[in-house]
Amino acid sequence: MQIFVDAWSEGWAMLISGSVGVWQIVGTSILLSGTATLLALLIGLPVGYLVGAKRFLGRRAALVIFNAGMGLPPTVVGLVVAMTFSRRGPLGFMNLLYTRPVVVIAQLIIAVPVVMAITAAAVSAVPRDLTLQARSLGAGALRVGALILSEARMGLLAAVAGGFGAIISEVGAVQMVGGNLEGDTRVMTTAMVQFTRQGDYGPALALAVVLMAIVIFVNIVLTGFQTSADHWEAGAR
Amino acid sequence: MTAPLGLVAENITRAFARSGFTLQVDRVEVPAGTVLALLGPSGSGKTTLLHILGLLERPDAGRILLGGRDVDARDQTARRQIAAVFQRPYLFKGSVAANVEYGLAVRGVGGAERAERVAVALARVGLAGYEPRSALSLSGGEAQRVSLARALVLEPRVLLLDEPLASLDPLLKRALTRDFARILRESGATAVWVTHDQDEALVVADHVAVMNAGRIVACGPADDVTELPADEWTASFLGVEEPQTGIVEHSGEGLVDIGHGEARVVVTGYAPAGSAVVFAVQPHDVILFEAGAQLPPTTARNQIAARVVSSETRGATNYIVLDASGLRLAASVSRAASADLGLAPGIPVLAVFKATAVRWRVSDQLPNHASGNGDSID
Repeated sequence: MQIFVDAWSEGWAMLISGSVGVWQIVGTSILLSGTATLLALLIGLPVGYLVGAKRFLGRRAALVIFNAGMGLPPTVVGLVVAMTFSRRGPLGFMNLLYTRPVVVIAQLIIAVPVVMAITAAAVSAVPRDLTLQARSLGAGALRVGALILSEARMGLLAAVAGGFGAIISEVGAVQMVGGNLEGDTRVMTTAMVQFTRQGDYGPALALAVVLMAIVIFVNIVLTGFQTSADHWEAGAR
Repeated sequence: MTAPLGLVAENITRAFARSGFTLQVDRVEVPAGTVLALLGPSGSGKTTLLHILGLLERPDAGRILLGGRDVDARDQTARRQIAAVFQRPYLFKGSVAANVEYGLAVRGVGGAERAERVAVALARVGLAGYEPRSALSLSGGEAQRVSLARALVLEPRVLLLDEPLASLDPLLKRALTRDFARILRESGATAVWVTHDQDEALVVADHVAVMNAGRIVACGPADDVTELPADEWTASFLGVEEPQTGIVEHSGEGLVDIGHGEARVVVTGYAPAGSAVVFAVQPHDVILFEAGAQLPPTTARNQIAARVVSSETRGATNYIVLDASGLRLAASVSRAASADLGLAPGIPVLAVFKATAVRWRVSDQLPNHASGNGDSID
C-alpha cells in the first residue's frame, strides 16, 4: 500500500502547489475535448433531431449506423485519422498530424455518433401527438422543432454528457494522432499512460484524480438538472 | 369574441394502404356557432375526419370550406382560426401559464396581453390562479381543463375536440361533460366533438353524425338521430330501439295513425294516407300497466295490448321486450315495478305512451308486412 500513499502524497502536492505541468495538461484536455464536444453538438444535434423526429426511407439504417458508431473503437478511429493525415495520406498536405486540430478531429469522430444516437433516441421518445397538438395551436415547423427539443431537453443533456464523457477519458485515438507532445497535444489520459510507463505514479495519480473529478462534476450537474426538473414537474405548487 | 365560422367537408376520401381502411365522406356540415358530435365506434374514422377538418391531415381528395372559403393545411390563416383539444391533454413541460399561452406566443401576442388572456381562460375553466404550477403535476381532470383553456384562449372560430373526456373516470367525466358543454356554448365557437359515448354527445351537441367503417351513416339533430336511428346497425350502436316500418292509415288534426300489422300507433304530425313510414318508440317513453287495469287519467293516445317476450336486467332497471300483434315494443321498468307487475314471458300487459314520444319519418321503402295485411299502397 505504500506505493499508493507515496504517489498520493506526491500527486496531491503537485495539485495544490499549482504545478504548471499538471494543470497545463488538464487545461489542454478540457480545451480539446470541449471544442470537440461543441462541434459534435453542432453536427449531432440537428442530424439526431431529423432522424428522431422525421420518418423517411433509410431512417432505420441511419439509426443502426448511429448506434454502431457509439461502439466505434477509438483505436480504429485513431488509425484511420492518422493514415488520412499522414504524409502519404489524402490530407497529408495539410501537415496536421500530431497537432491539436487533428486531435479534435479524432475526438469529433468519436463523439458525433454518441450525440446523434442519444439525440435521436430522446427526440423519438417525444410523443408524436405532442407535435400534432402544437400544430393544432398554429405552430409552424420551426416552433414545432423547438418544442420537440425543449421536451427532449433531458435527453439532450445526456447527449452532451455522453459526447464529452466519451472523449475526455479516451486515450487510444488521441495518442495515435496527437503523439502526446508535451505542452501541445499531451492530454490527461495520454500523460497518465506516459507517467505510468515511467513509474512516475505521483503525477499520474494527480491527473487521475482530476479526471475523475471532472467526470463526477459533469454527472452531478446533469443529475442536478434532472432531479430539479423532475421535482418541479412532479409537484411544484 | 370573434364570430364563429361554418365548417363544411365535401367529397372527402382518405385511404390507408397498410390497414386497408378508407374514409369516405360525401358531405358533413357544421353551421356556424353549433356543436356537431362525431359519434362512432373505435376505428370508424372519427379522428381521421377530425384531423382533416382541423387541417392537420390532408385528404386524398375532397375539400374543406371554412366560412365558405376553400382552405387546406398550407393555409396558415385558416389553421390559426382552428384549435384542437385531444383525448390526452399532451401538456408541454413547464408551467400551466406556459402551456396556455403557447398558441398566443405563436401568434406573436405581447407578454402583458398574454398574461391577461391566460388568466381569463384559466378562470373560465375553473382553474384561476393555476398559472405558476407545473403542468405535469396536475390531475387528469385539471390537465384536460388546461388543455381546453389552451384552445379557448385563442378565441378560435372553430374548436375541435377528440374524445376530450374519454380517459377520465366516470364521475369526473359526467361533471366535466356538463362543464365543457357550458363553456362551449358560452364561447359561441363552432365545434366538432368526437366521442363514442352517446350520452356525452347528447349533452354537448346540437347535431350528431354517426360514423361506421369510414362513412357517415346518419346525420341530423341530436334527438332525431338517437331517437329514430337510421338503420339496425345505428340502433344497435346507440343502444336504442331500431326503427320499424308502417303505413299511414289516416291523418288529420295534427295526428297520424300508423298501421303496423294489426297494431296501430298514433303519432303527431302529418303525412298522406298510404305513405310508408319508419318510426321508433324508445323504452324510457313506454309505461306498462297490468292488462285490464283501470288506467289513471292520461293524455297518452297510445294504449296498446301486448305480451311480454323477454325481461333482461340492465343496471337499475329491467329491459322488457313486448309483442303487440307483430309490433315490437320495449319498456324500461324499475325492478320494483317489474316485480309488482310480475313481468315474465307470456304475461299480458298494457303499453302506454304519448303520440309525441314516437319519432317517425316518411320512408321510400314499403314495410314487409304491408302486402301481407291487405294495406293498399298507391
